Amino acid sequence: MLSRTADHLYWMSRYVERAEGLARMIDAHHRMSLLPHAPASLRASLQSSLAALDLENLYHAHHERIEARLVFEFLIVGQGWGGSLIDCLRSARENARAIRGTLTSELWETLNSTWLEARTIAARGQIGAETGQFVEWVKERSHLTRGVTIGTMLRDEAFHFSRIGTFIERADNSARFLVARRDDLQPGADAGRVPDPFEWSVLLRALSAFEVYRRRYREVITPLRVAELLILCDDMPRSLLRCTREVYRNLRAVANDQSSETERRAGGLHSTLHFTRLESLIERGLARFLEEFLAELYALGERVAVDFLLPPIEV
Amino acid sequence: MAGTFFATFPPGDAAYMQAYDEMQQRDGSPRRHYAQYHDWLGRQPPSRIAQKRAEADALFHRVGITFAVQGEELGAERLIPFDVVPRALPNEEWRRLERGVSQRVRALNAFLHDVYHGQRILAAGVVPAEPVLCNAQYRPEMQGVEVPGGTYAHVAGVDLVRDAEGEFRVLEDNLRVPSGVSYMLENRKMMMRLFPELFASHRIAPIDHYPELLLDGLRSVAPTGVADPTVVLLTAGAHNSAYFEHAFLAQQMGIELVEGQDLFVRDDLVYMRTTRGPRRVDVIYRRIDDDYLDPLVFRPESMLGVAGLMTAYRAGRVTIANAIGTGIADDKSIYPYVPEMIRFYLGEEPVIANVPTWILRREEDRAYALAHLPELVVKEVHGAGGYGMLIGPTASRAQIEEFRARIAAHPERYIAQPTLALSTCPTFVDEGLAPRHIDLRPFVLCGRDVNVVPGGLTRVALGRGSLVVNSSQGGGTKDTWVLES
Repeated sequence: MLSRTADHLYWMSRYVERAEGLARMIDAHHRMSLLPHAPASLRASLQSSLAALDLENLYHAHHERIEARLVFEFLIVGQGWGGSLIDCLRSARENARAIRGTLTSELWETLNSTWLEARTIAARGQIGAETGQFVEWVKERSHLTRGVTIGTMLRDEAFHFSRIGTFIERADNSARFLVARRDDLQPGADAGRVPDPFEWSVLLRALSAFEVYRRRYREVITPLRVAELLILCDDMPRSLLRCTREVYRNLRAVANDQSSETERRAGGLHSTLHFTRLESLIERGLARFLEEFLAELYALGERVAVDFLLPPIEV
Repeated sequence: MAGTFFATFPPGDAAYMQAYDEMQQRDGSPRRHYAQYHDWLGRQPPSRIAQKRAEADALFHRVGITFAVQGEELGAERLIPFDVVPRALPNEEWRRLERGVSQRVRALNAFLHDVYHGQRILAAGVVPAEPVLCNAQYRPEMQGVEVPGGTYAHVAGVDLVRDAEGEFRVLEDNLRVPSGVSYMLENRKMMMRLFPELFASHRIAPIDHYPELLLDGLRSVAPTGVADPTVVLLTAGAHNSAYFEHAFLAQQMGIELVEGQDLFVRDDLVYMRTTRGPRRVDVIYRRIDDDYLDPLVFRPESMLGVAGLMTAYRAGRVTIANAIGTGIADDKSIYPYVPEMIRFYLGEEPVIANVPTWILRREEDRAYALAHLPELVVKEVHGAGGYGMLIGPTASRAQIEEFRARIAAHPERYIAQPTLALSTCPTFVDEGLAPRHIDLRPFVLCGRDVNVVPGGLTRVALGRGSLVVNSSQGGGTKDTWVLES
């Protein structure tokens, strides 16, 4: 397969997943804003989420105050920073368009009509009033895209590169979700300040993990159990363990002459998670672990680009 | 009952009084090959047609059959309006056109080979040397280069129009990177989807084997010694106006759609960069202009091409289709000589005539044209896409005077033709069914053999009275039927 085609497939999937991740993050806060809550704690949560996404400075370049409506607008349709949810949907579609011949027509049409509709919705200028519905719609379109990908694409290289993009991005999103709650994840946090149980159940719902949590733990929601679910639970489709397993598996399927080191690093990342327990991670410090994980994931993405997507020119 | 749509048709619109209508005779009765369709259309409730038209629009949008518009916001995409009334040709008439366009492209290929080798035709004085050799489209780099099978134009689009007498004529040849074939194919798919009953009741010649014929032709011109050639389609990328077509054809042929950055040249061989390392490329079906192909030889600032491609090409290690330098044969300054080329190379009489043309480089032609500008169409010889053109009867006095000055300054840059009353075909516009001018572009494939799929692309000028069918200027398209009886 052309390296450029693989590149577009990889980024197409990353952008779809990123849009979904943003939608889930916004959804969580939108749900929180409906709770009988102190506005200060909602603002604090938004602040730390922006920080976890490395968007604090960008946001403050546009707005002084953290305010739910402004943050939602910034993340969904905000102009001038290029990473809004709408931008992600456009980028997904532009990457797909560049390789539409490689995609099944169903997949291309799904991405194309998602973008066309998103553009119409954005043009209506009602995002403030329609935030809940909109992020719900984004999630549905993401589910549809994933279903069409899995249901129609040949299991060849194209599929594997698309999946590598999906899982690298999803691992990134899950890790940042936890980074945003780092204060609740300090050692002994459970004993000290009591985190708001409603807030955490809202978070779980936004990650489609509420029922999963109940089934698995049958106990009150605690931040450390949530962390365990999102990091180490192999059955949980959004957990870091699950995502890194998929990255590794798909990388092996496309291995070439120069990719063995990348494969080793991906396998290393996965096995670290596979052979650890939450207690050891807490001992090392969860926040530190998450930072290191994000750095290693980023490096892995860079390696994938060099090995497969942008091979150096040899003339 | 006279029929819902035809009650007011033909409306006797003065703008179309001169034109030959493809469907109806002067008395309003349908031509024989259209009789059944005419009857069917008359029985359709307007609401059904309106619903089908909306359905077609929605489908084209969803599938993304769009073209990018130059000069508008980056990435702006538009639909090419599709009209649901087909353009039909009886089989006998088509057979003649097919013979005519094949003959013409064979002669043009012979001309290209001659120009880049012995230049017999210039020596014989049949075509003057000056407009050939002093033309930007003439590529001295191609002099003496052998191309497989001596074929230069592998894909040609010959634009035909029908004049007021009902006679087909060649309006121009497109031998560089002719486009539009994807619309021909998609329009057919759309018609079959919207009106399957019409395909059951008519015997319409199929066209969907075009990609197969194209691939076959491209493989047949691979460099000698390559047993199983790898063919790629070279595009300028997703922002090119014809990108949809590039992606579509690559997909239909099952070949890679590459950009310049995907290819590189090493030791006179062309490779593409893949996830498993470099892979040899033997035939490049390029859809970018000569000027951008190789920054080492042509425009140095071009980011679309491949450095070193020309060297590999001259060494015979890769085939480029269409060949470099075909623009010299479809230049408007050469067009008037094509009938002579047919006689010179093939010893045949042209099956389809040219439009009468005044060559303004010639003094007596120029005198006539300058005296009759308000009646004539004046074209810039290097212009394309309906730009750089004066349509006398609809031009303002200022526009006419501007062209007069331009002709006086550079007569060699212009040709003039009578304003043709292009034939019309009933078309749905805002006011309902109305006549609109159309043309026809059959696609001629030259590889081992010459092939033409039945019909071609019918373009329609949607503005009332307009003669400009180009999609960049408000033209639409129709499905084109060759009816086997």
